[in-house]
Amino acid sequence: MKSRSQDQSLSDSRELDRSYDPLTGSTADDEELSAVRYRPEGLDPLVQKTNFSRRELQVLYRGFKNECPSGVVNEETFKSIYSQFFPHGDSSMYAHFLFEAFDTRNNGSVTFEDFVVSLSIILRGSITDKLNWAFNLYDLNKDGCVTREEMTEIMHSIYDMMGKYTYPCMEDNAPKEHVDNFFQKMDKNNDGVVTIEEFLETCQKDESIMQSMHMFDSVI
Amino acid sequence: MAAGVAAWLPFARAAAIGWMPVANLPMPVAPAGKNKRQDEMIILNVSGRRFETWRNTLDRYPDTLLGSSEKEFFYNEETKEYFFDRDPDVFRSVLNFYRTGKLHYPRYECISSYDEELAFFGIISEIIGDCCYEEYKDRKRENAERLMDDQEDNKDAKPPNMTCRETMWRAFENPHTSTMALVFYYVTGFFIAVSVITNVVETVPCGTSPNQKEVPCGERYTVAFFCMDTACVMIFTVEYLMRLFAAPSRYRFMRSVMSIIDVVAILPYYIGLVMTDNEDVSGAFVTLRVFRVFRIFKFSRHSQGLRILGYTLKSCASELGFLLFSLTMAIIIFATVMFYAEKGSSSSKFTSIPASFWYTIVTMTTLGYGDMVPKTIAGKIFGSICSLSGVLVIALPVPVIVSNFSRIYHQNQRADKRRAQKMQKARLARIRISKQGTSNAFLHSKRNGLFSEAPEFTSSTEEDQRLNKSTSLLESQHHHLLHCLEKTTVTSPLNYINHEFVDQQYYQQSYLEAGLQNYPSRSPSLSSRDGVSGTCCTRRSKKQHAPLQNASGPAHMQPLTQVHAHPRGLQELSTIHIQPLSTSRSSLNMRVDEPASLNCQSSQITTAIISIPTPPVTTSDGDAHLRAGPAHQNVVKVSAL
Repeated sequence: MKSRSQDQSLSDSRELDRSYDPLTGSTADDEELSAVRYRPEGLDPLVQKTNFSRRELQVLYRGFKNECPSGVVNEETFKSIYSQFFPHGDSSMYAHFLFEAFDTRNNGSVTFEDFVVSLSIILRGSITDKLNWAFNLYDLNKDGCVTREEMTEIMHSIYDMMGKYTYPCMEDNAPKEHVDNFFQKMDKNNDGVVTIEEFLETCQKDESIMQSMHMFDSVI
Repeated sequence: MAAGVAAWLPFARAAAIGWMPVANLPMPVAPAGKNKRQDEMIILNVSGRRFETWRNTLDRYPDTLLGSSEKEFFYNEETKEYFFDRDPDVFRSVLNFYRTGKLHYPRYECISSYDEELAFFGIISEIIGDCCYEEYKDRKRENAERLMDDQEDNKDAKPPNMTCRETMWRAFENPHTSTMALVFYYVTGFFIAVSVITNVVETVPCGTSPNQKEVPCGERYTVAFFCMDTACVMIFTVEYLMRLFAAPSRYRFMRSVMSIIDVVAILPYYIGLVMTDNEDVSGAFVTLRVFRVFRIFKFSRHSQGLRILGYTLKSCASELGFLLFSLTMAIIIFATVMFYAEKGSSSSKFTSIPASFWYTIVTMTTLGYGDMVPKTIAGKIFGSICSLSGVLVIALPVPVIVSNFSRIYHQNQRADKRRAQKMQKARLARIRISKQGTSNAFLHSKRNGLFSEAPEFTSSTEEDQRLNKSTSLLESQHHHLLHCLEKTTVTSPLNYINHEFVDQQYYQQSYLEAGLQNYPSRSPSLSSRDGVSGTCCTRRSKKQHAPLQNASGPAHMQPLTQVHAHPRGLQELSTIHIQPLSTSRSSLNMRVDEPASLNCQSSQITTAIISIPTPPVTTSDGDAHLRAGPAHQNVVKVSAL
């Protein structure tokens, strides 16, 4: 009887404690202890996998580790980091799409390797690689073609980042118009979707896009 | 930008590649890095202790000593390090601020030395993180009070030119300031004591009357007591009237507790004077005399401890309420039980439940008078349970009250906590003010032509130097990123509406005015003169704007007409003179109220170069984002710090 009452009282106090999750049966403290501490494999393999130098990888990792001490970024952290750069608008949707693009293994978290590999494509890859990456970003369901709906979503997320307070005021159909223009430009065979070949073809012919793709090369 | 996230700026910029294929316009050129030197270590020698950190770490906060070029004054050429002759222990906290973005206040540190170090390194104390801010503020307040107390002891000279009324009030509130006041203080104290003792002695039986009955002294020496009472009341009345006269705010004085006590203390006497020896009301009159005992509360003016006690009881109201409530509950329960238990026995004193209340109270408080005792066995059992539980019920809330009392007794300054609430807002406002720099920087950079559209305008060395002087590389990169976003959200090259980030108020205004004016085009063009342009199609005739400071720098930005290869015609824009660079807070360019030349063709360039706001933000709406202040200013909310 005594032991039962002790357990009883323990569970009562745990409930009051509110850190106890009856579903999983573990307290919040336990969960934190068992948090993933992920380490990247090593500097040399990463240097081989990516086009960054050792030094650049060191700088990148220091920044990464500072913000995410556990070694992985989950979507919430990703969104919160990204939103600090765009305080006036709502960057959560775009951050979500970005996260999907970075999370190549689709397991809900971005490790340093994923991060660096994607960055390497963006910053040090060939123009085709970069365009491929951008296409992959737009292709939300990763089926090889970008439909109008997908593009509309992407466009909305970009326009959301501008926020409400712009001059002149943002029209409501601005994203839609933009999507129309995009499809008009890219969709050569007018089948309602943009495939990777159409995309590549159109982009490679457009001077300003080519130029802007190289703009961030010196970022790291 | 938060320190930690600064490291992610390259990522954010790289991610902007997702906008590129979608954008219809060429992007502005990225700011050239400061010759892309490798991140180097800096050695900071503080009184012999060497701290090493990356240069980038220090550059995160360009408006502090270490983040700006001010540290060059401390550079030691021979040892190639920066030497500061300051306290190395406090410097630890300062450096950690750069590293982590959070400033902590170490508890063992003296508050004034900490403040001095912060002032030296150019860090405002409002940035102290929430974990340490309470402690910091408490210590600071204690220190300030201590200093004030010391000062008060020293300052005895009364400020000159005080009116008679103010002198009197001062004398009343601070008896030690003058001899007269002290005399007055003691006299009133004496009379209060006399009055109370009189009230008490009045009821003592002294001597017997002729018919062998004990007579209280009050009836025996009626005249004497009456004279004493009169004297005391006269003194109290005079004192009350004098206080009323001297009070700075009579209405407030009349509402204060002390004055109410004064009034209650002297009123019975006057009422007694007015009423005659009417038998009907004499009963009521007797009741009124009870109020004379309130004179003893007048002592609270003379005793600080009494005031604190009263104050504590007031602040422990909730605990007291809880105690009362739980007692009431228990009393009712036990009274009911005892009543029904004792119902059976004859000659039981428990005649009703309310009658049992008395027994329950006496038992629970362990008084046990014994005038009512249970006789049945059930009654006795329940009675014992009652007394046992009484101890528990009373013992539980009492320590709470006691601890409350001791806490308040030690820090008997509740008013300061209320002031702290206001200071929270003021603190946020101050942080916002000091961080205006970053928010203005976006507009500064725009104005200074960092976002020129033609490649040939980016890399003049002159401009580079200005760049270095005005904004850190991080900031310029961030602004470039935002500018790219603006450029991306242009729906088509044929319908060029360049949306710019603006301030909320500006937006609301332009929205309103645009609606009123009802122009077909939403993208008017602007003429710009002398530095700042900035109207939309509506006029801002109501605002007064100071004329711009004259531009001393050369025109940096050629008319944008030359830059864009635009299918339709472009509006000619006059040259924009760039203002001399200055730190954000001091730049004083206001919007010039110019008649905007309207152009109703729909495909004109909108180049709204928004003017920079300058006076510090004074709003304190508690918003974490930097919002602009007065309505005629525009702040681009660039960084939420």
